[in-house]
Amino acid sequence: MKISRVKELLEAEVLCCEEDLETELCSACGCDMMSDVLAYVKNQAVLLTGLVNPQVIKTAEMMDMRCIVFVRSKHPTEDMLRLAEETGLVLLATKFTLFEACGRLYVNGLRGEVG
Amino acid sequence: MAEAITFHYDVDGENFTSAGNASVQVKRKLRQLGFPPEIIKRVSIAMYEGEINMVIHANGGMADVTVSPEEVKIVLTDHGPGIADVSLAMREGYSTAPDNIRSLGFGAGMGLPNMKRYTDTMEIDTEVGRGTTITMTVKVA
Repeated sequence: MKISRVKELLEAEVLCCEEDLETELCSACGCDMMSDVLAYVKNQAVLLTGLVNPQVIKTAEMMDMRCIVFVRSKHPTEDMLRLAEETGLVLLATKFTLFEACGRLYVNGLRGEVG
Repeated sequence: MAEAITFHYDVDGENFTSAGNASVQVKRKLRQLGFPPEIIKRVSIAMYEGEINMVIHANGGMADVTVSPEEVKIVLTDHGPGIADVSLAMREGYSTAPDNIRSLGFGAGMGLPNMKRYTDTMEIDTEVGRGTTITMTVKVA
């Protein structure tokens, strides 16, 4: 699924790296614990989260992710936007909750990676 | 790159916001040096977890990274409280991190096990009241 489709399904606002919306995403994860993202996530390309601090951007960068979706209309700080811009991470913001946002992507074919 | 290259970073223990900056820098340098993506990812995650641990538990410290065509070696040194029971600290889910750290998305008790998982070797030299040195290597070849 392309990031542009994620944007559409989540009625999301693009906050950063709009030029990369045609990047293809193979799988996704939804999580507020960055410890768990670092421990359990394998090759997910998009992180959906309600957590807003610079460690979210750094965790996504460490995991080679391509996109972060902030749920419940949360918005990153200027520092976070700058960091994401340097990394080339697309940042989106959606009004939906984490559960609703994950569900919308799942029923439209985006999956997590099992195991 | 025929010779080994070393990088040194001071990790600021006062500022959780800047935690991970050294790991971000190392990741970018390894990319520039042309290391395989999977090696870069393993080094980055292990070092990032270690850097976060130093900030949470030890008021910061130092990170020294030696890069050669054969391996990447990461040495993390702090003068924090030390680890009283290393085998307990290595257990997944065991954490002594305070609640405010959990609210920032860390402290799930996965740091040390994760560092071991992503590296080929990991040694912990620790003494209560003196500090901790963790040496990790990731083989390239």
